[in-house]
Amino acid sequence: MENRPLGYDYTVAKMFMLTTIVLGIVGMLIGVILAFELAFPSINTILGSGLAEYTNFSRLRPLHTDAVIFGFTISGVFATWYYVGQRVLKVNMAESPLLMFLGKLQFWLYVVTVAAVVVSLLAGVTTSKEYAEFEWPIDLAIVVVWVLFGVNMFGLIGMRREKSLYISVWYYIATFLGIAMLYLFNNMEVPTMLATSAAGETGIGSWYHSVSMYAGTNDALVQWWYGHNAVAFGFTVPIVAMIYYFLPKESGQAIYSYKLSLLSFWGLMFVYLWAGGHHLLFSTVPDWMQTMGSIFSIVLILPSWGSAINMLLTMKGEWQQVAASPLIKFMVLGSTFYMFSTLEGPIQAIKSVNAIAHFTDWIVGHVHDGVLGWVGFMIMAALYHMAPRVFKREIYSKSLMASQFWIQTLGVVLYFTSMWIAGITQGMMWRAHDEFGNLAYSFIDTVTVLHPYYAIRGVGGLLYLIGFLMFAYNIYKTMTAGKPLEKEPANASPMGA
Amino acid sequence: MNIADLQAYGYFAITVFMTVSLYAYIYHLYKNKKDADGHDYEEYSNMALHDDIGDTPVNPISKDDKK
Ligand code: HEM
Repeated sequence: MENRPLGYDYTVAKMFMLTTIVLGIVGMLIGVILAFELAFPSINTILGSGLAEYTNFSRLRPLHTDAVIFGFTISGVFATWYYVGQRVLKVNMAESPLLMFLGKLQFWLYVVTVAAVVVSLLAGVTTSKEYAEFEWPIDLAIVVVWVLFGVNMFGLIGMRREKSLYISVWYYIATFLGIAMLYLFNNMEVPTMLATSAAGETGIGSWYHSVSMYAGTNDALVQWWYGHNAVAFGFTVPIVAMIYYFLPKESGQAIYSYKLSLLSFWGLMFVYLWAGGHHLLFSTVPDWMQTMGSIFSIVLILPSWGSAINMLLTMKGEWQQVAASPLIKFMVLGSTFYMFSTLEGPIQAIKSVNAIAHFTDWIVGHVHDGVLGWVGFMIMAALYHMAPRVFKREIYSKSLMASQFWIQTLGVVLYFTSMWIAGITQGMMWRAHDEFGNLAYSFIDTVTVLHPYYAIRGVGGLLYLIGFLMFAYNIYKTMTAGKPLEKEPANASPMGA
Repeated sequence: MNIADLQAYGYFAITVFMTVSLYAYIYHLYKNKKDADGHDYEEYSNMALHDDIGDTPVNPISKDDKK
């Protein structure tokens, strides 16, 4: 028998658990502020007109999206990789001091990059491309962080004791490769310092500010190929990686069909990349590309539901566990919300539906039933499952977790139902016209009608944030005051009352 | 034929090719049930369920070079 280490090393996983929680709080707090700014515009200048530059909606919005995507979600991806990766490959990261060093380096560089992002976005320094707002020096730092992640991933895979790669590892690899490709192509940019004006002047721009290398429609196409696939490889693929590990492990049930997981993987990889065109329906993009975007969006239901149904069927005959454990509730509702938003998205991608939905709040509702109900729930469930194993203590409180679950579920429901009503109302009002083609309403009419729904969304968001704070507290107490565990639990995570 | 036509035909051909490949892969998975190493695909779920550092791997990497 070869020598095996005694356990796994979770140092780096714990570091990223911390940023997941901290950046989750920051990002969601900003989201709640934004929601109330839309409902009550005076909040835009709440700190006085002198500071209005920093508190207005448009300055804070990219901070929200980037904090929750690149802060909360990507930290969650890192944290779970450094946990799941070791376990399913059966190798301790500490067996390689180099990998340990690179993992910590990745973390610290990530923290520095996040700080740079926060400061620059607050200062209003941005490339103005959605989800790609960072200027080129920050982009370069992000590339280094990502390369370190990749080196670690493939380093660990290279040292593995388990020859086959578990399905989650496939999804993590796809996350790494997908984001690397998307990020590089969409962020091709030229510093404005190098530009020449029409009159022939040079050296008029700045060294840090840059513009996209693509122009016009091409830029839009690359941008939404990126934007949509950021949803694919940031919000879907790594989260599927998580559920394929954490749900079977927590429930002690083998995946319903491992074969289905394999073919859903390839289906997803094949179809997702072509669906981005649905963001540009009725724009100047060639018509066939728009149609392709719609068709592939609808086909996308199949591989998405393949994974989601596989997860629900994993619980077959074990539904009493869903009733008994709030942790499993999070995951089962998460995969239900995944099914729900992967049905809603394709519906919105149908041209005639999109004609009403585009630019309205229905899109924002769709985004958030996915990210709050699926991404957020799954990441919190993953961290809850990891906590007793990495801290070697019982989860502090089951009842707190259960209340959190219900508060947040209510929050998500309030969020997306209010946005559905708001969005469809908006879409219908914008189109309404009289028999001569004159518009029936002016823009402000829609704003007045939407006010109550914006307020409801704000309340829903606030409930979700409160739940997230309960989660943070529960993890903190687990770490500091949870009952110490003698040995690692095999499946169901032990919880205090 | 100009470049746009070529792109369109190429695109169509690739789509057909990848669709056929995907279905062939599905057929292959369900027909053979086992992979080249002789493991039933369903056994691989155990990689997550038995993931202690001391657990026996489903498909150990050191099979042929056992010490
Ligand atoms: C407390 C919870 C949250 C609240 C109250 C909230 C609120 C908001 C608001 C008000 C907007 C701007 C909508 C607009 O421009 O009309 C927004 C946009 C967005 N949020 Fe959130 N958010 C929350 C959590 C999250 C989370 C956890 C994620 C991702 C993991 C997320 C991802 C996004 C994205 C991607 C957009 C851009 C949507 C688009 O451009 O269509 N949000 N959010």
